[in-house]
Amino acid sequence: MKVTSIVDGIIIDHVQSGTALKVLHYLHVDPTSTRLALIMNTDSHKYGRKDIIKIEESDDLDLTALGFIAPQATVDMVRQGHIVSKHKPDRPVHLVNVISCVNPRCVTSVERGADQCFHLDDSGVYRCDYCDEKAEL
Amino acid sequence: MSEQFDRHSGEVPSTDSVFPNHVSSRSLQGRSLVTLDDISLPQIKDLLDRAAYIDSHRREVAHTCDGRVLATLFYEPSTRTRLSFETAMLRLGGQVIGFAGAQLASVSKGESISDTLKTVSNYADIVAMRHPKEGAALVASRAASVPVINAGDGGHMHPTQTLTDLATIRARKGRLTNLTIGMCGDLTFGRTVHSLISTLCRLGQVDFVLISPDELKTPEYILERIDASPTCTYRETSDLGEVIGDLDILYMTRVQKERFFNEDDYLRLRDTYILDEEKLKAARPDMAILHPLPRVNEITAGVDQDPRAAYFEQVRNGMLVRMALESALLGDELPGYQVRKEVQA
Ligand SMILES: [Zn+2]
Repeated sequence: MKVTSIVDGIIIDHVQSGTALKVLHYLHVDPTSTRLALIMNTDSHKYGRKDIIKIEESDDLDLTALGFIAPQATVDMVRQGHIVSKHKPDRPVHLVNVISCVNPRCVTSVERGADQCFHLDDSGVYRCDYCDEKAEL
Repeated sequence: MSEQFDRHSGEVPSTDSVFPNHVSSRSLQGRSLVTLDDISLPQIKDLLDRAAYIDSHRREVAHTCDGRVLATLFYEPSTRTRLSFETAMLRLGGQVIGFAGAQLASVSKGESISDTLKTVSNYADIVAMRHPKEGAALVASRAASVPVINAGDGGHMHPTQTLTDLATIRARKGRLTNLTIGMCGDLTFGRTVHSLISTLCRLGQVDFVLISPDELKTPEYILERIDASPTCTYRETSDLGEVIGDLDILYMTRVQKERFFNEDDYLRLRDTYILDEEKLKAARPDMAILHPLPRVNEITAGVDQDPRAAYFEQVRNGMLVRMALESALLGDELPGYQVRKEVQA
């Protein structure tokens, strides 16, 4: 399939509709200085509506956060205008400094320099290592 | 943590096949205790065995930790808990340093927990820490180079309280399973209750009777934990008098004033579940009454004389489990403890 908008990079497809900008935020992609294309709230066979993110020159991108923020997404690798591979985001057991704990009673709210550490629990939910609070967007 | 456990598992003595519930304290040596979920059931049972052994061998164990120094770092005051940790180390022959409450500002000067623990690791062989923030003990254990015992982190975890409760149940009933255990009072915010239920669910074969007003019922995730145990059950009720005759253990809790928005709600709910001599008449003669203390008025003073009252015994058991824990984490063997195993066999 011929790809539009980018030549070498990635397509993050099947992103929950309306959340593409949040996904960029968690991937530390700066939309003011990155060559990218956003398609938001388009029709999806699977989910009704979805967002699509296309990012040019994405080799340095750390996609770890996708497993948390968009686990249902598909990542397509694009080379010379063609999709060469597709994969689902990993769901890493540990997330370090990807998301922050929202619990005001959590030690991470006062401890300077503490890493924000989350782990995947048995029911597939990311929880703060310190206070067990559920991860929230 | 599992890494540490694996590292030591090769050292477990061969007698373990004879004593499947026994784990050498060497598997706890050098480790921290942040939550009871970090340690195995055999390790928990071993700590309770050690506490019982210490109780009957006070003189033999009095020099187990000679030359050791315990640091008690109490970022919020809890004099009872601190005294228990400190007395435990003194009775093992060790010494104590530390700070609490008011002294804190001058000691820490706004220093991070990590930096304080890295500093204190140079002075002390083991640390007991209490802190108002949830997860503070994990931060401390990751920064320290010596074992850290969580002495309470913001109502999040308080593993030595649960060990104390288990030791008291076992001392009174001779077992931790095949029991009907009533939990009474504030079951919404009572973290000691949640932690005790969770640990008993790991052991199995407990029927819980959850006695509380509708406003203070047990949270869903705790009920799910009981449901997930194939051998534990629960029922909920708001009437203590109706169920007291079924119970092997009655665990009373304090209803904390700060949980309520207005005084009237607090007074109404606080007075709902008061245990007095009249209610006790319907209870079994061998029921044991536990309470994490301090109490407000949920148990009348007249009950103290009843042989079923076990809450002051809990205080002694608290010191004993802390003695067991401190010596085990330090890797200091209790003189003669091995001999007792052979006696058991
Ligand atoms: Zn947290």
